[in-house]
Amino acid sequence: MPLIELSGIERRFLLGDTTVHALAGLNLQINAGEYVAVMGPSGSGKSTLLNLLGLLDRPNEGTYKLEGRDVTTLSPDEQATVRSSRIGFVFQSFHLVPRLTAAENIALPMTLAGIPAAERNRRIAQALKDFGLENRADHKPDQLSGGQRQRVAIARATIMQPALILADEPTGNLDRHTGDEVVNLLEALNAKGVTLIVVTHDQGMGARARRQLIMEDGRLKADLQQTAMPNLAQISG
Amino acid sequence: MRLTDTLRFARDAATGYPMRTTLSVLAMSIGVAAVVILTALGDGARRYVVAQFSSLGTNLIIVLPGRSGTGGFNPANAITSTPRDLTIDDAGSLRRLPGVRRVAPLAVGTSEINFGGKLREVMVAGSTAEFIPIRNFEIAQGQSLPEEDWNRGSSVTVIGAKIREEMFGNNPAIGQLVRVGDRRLRVVGVLKSTGQGLGMNTDELVIVPVSLAQAMFNSNTLFRIMIEANSRDAIPGVKDQAMETLKQRHRGEEDVTVITQDAVLATFDKLLGALTLAVAGIAAISLAVAGILVMNVMLVAVTQRTGEIGLLKALGATARTIRLAFLAEAAMLSAVGALVGYLLGQLGAFALRQLFPVFPAYPPDWAVIAGLSTALATGLIFGVMPARRAARLDPVQALMKH
Repeated sequence: MPLIELSGIERRFLLGDTTVHALAGLNLQINAGEYVAVMGPSGSGKSTLLNLLGLLDRPNEGTYKLEGRDVTTLSPDEQATVRSSRIGFVFQSFHLVPRLTAAENIALPMTLAGIPAAERNRRIAQALKDFGLENRADHKPDQLSGGQRQRVAIARATIMQPALILADEPTGNLDRHTGDEVVNLLEALNAKGVTLIVVTHDQGMGARARRQLIMEDGRLKADLQQTAMPNLAQISG
Repeated sequence: MRLTDTLRFARDAATGYPMRTTLSVLAMSIGVAAVVILTALGDGARRYVVAQFSSLGTNLIIVLPGRSGTGGFNPANAITSTPRDLTIDDAGSLRRLPGVRRVAPLAVGTSEINFGGKLREVMVAGSTAEFIPIRNFEIAQGQSLPEEDWNRGSSVTVIGAKIREEMFGNNPAIGQLVRVGDRRLRVVGVLKSTGQGLGMNTDELVIVPVSLAQAMFNSNTLFRIMIEANSRDAIPGVKDQAMETLKQRHRGEEDVTVITQDAVLATFDKLLGALTLAVAGIAAISLAVAGILVMNVMLVAVTQRTGEIGLLKALGATARTIRLAFLAEAAMLSAVGALVGYLLGQLGAFALRQLFPVFPAYPPDWAVIAGLSTALATGLIFGVMPARRAARLDPVQALMKH
């Protein structure tokens, strides 16, 4: 059973009096544990696809099955519950809450899910250790470097132990070196079995994924599977 | 989200924007403080008047010339013309009624007092020796007016404390001859200072025998007859009998009004109570304004934090969670505002009491409770709309606003 199964997905936007097909007739299957890069020019529908996969947006037509369950017909609150437990988001601009400390930002999904404070603290301590942020727990986002901010964001995305991590240009706001660190972190999570879907402009980063989806005008232009791990990681590392 | 987490989240959100939070708390606190201070003033006025009326004397029944349609106090009493004068003999006839302890006729007017080249205007009260105990006055020096035939006023006077000070300074006043109007009167007593009283300042009063006052003002009628009953229970009986007696004396015409202190008190109590209520209502408008301000501030907060709301949704927050978080923040702003306003109001009332010690400016409990609950209610009601707006935001659109 694939983790994600999209069939006949249509997503249309009305811009003025013209209808834009952000996604048109999209069929896609992604299995659990895959590492997928979504690439393509601006306006090709990458972000719309990511929003759809993250249950932030609904298709006009077609069905989306997540872990075998049709999630397109769920109510907004049911979708919120699915997001809370199954999906982690990593954004280009980190999206940390500026008034909360690093630890509080990491705890946010657990707080929203109503997990008791004791359990939260235990998991935060572990996450801070895993992501090398022990000394940054009480820092506000504006006291952190870009790389540290994205690490906090990744820690937040994984704290609920989701099956799927959706990353939208996770290195877009970072320099080459810290970007590589962040990608390594995400790949390490993938190695532990978390499905990773990354939207990126960066050819180098896209090439690291085992599967590349090339989008154009809302359609899947190419679906490239790599049998073996490319040695790009070794070259750039 | 757990309740404690919701509250903490709302608190952090409120303290994260200090300017905005301070302004809305300030608006709400001014509203509540206005209610507390204004009702303290209104209720203070009520208490003050009631206390002043009580200090007029105890178990008082007052007869005034002219007929009023109702039994209560009526401003028209003061200007009603009377077909028949209320005379000293009328007052005398009331002394024999059962249940009556003291009776004092009262004639008033203004005149000038003159001593040693010093001249000032004074209020002259023509009465008898019994006037002083009825009104709870005390003699500080000398003695009271002489007990004598009410129609035969001797040329003596009892003067108020302030008159004595202004006319005589440090010199003895007792035994001195002063000129009041066209009469030369001997000062036999000085009243103890009582401060400002209702209607007339007793410290600036000159008391003379009633018939002398009538002669001075060339009038036969009395301003009032004051009757003191033996006890509170005797008041209604004495009132009816006084009315009956005067009616007989005036050939069956009810051309006087008999009021009891209780009735006057009740009227003033009601009147000033209503005034306090009206003032509280006016002050409550500022609470509504503060509520609208809280709504405004919360709407701005929703706009300012659109990106954050999108994030919360992406992280799995349900619409209810977001609604509660924003509602909690609005409630917090108004609760803190209400509390600060309450303290400010009590402080203001305290300052008023310090400035005017005779004025009991305490806010009534009902006003405090109503003010606080109105503040909380408006804060919550006006918080609903922004909270709903936040909960309804589209997550994709909201995330792009970051």
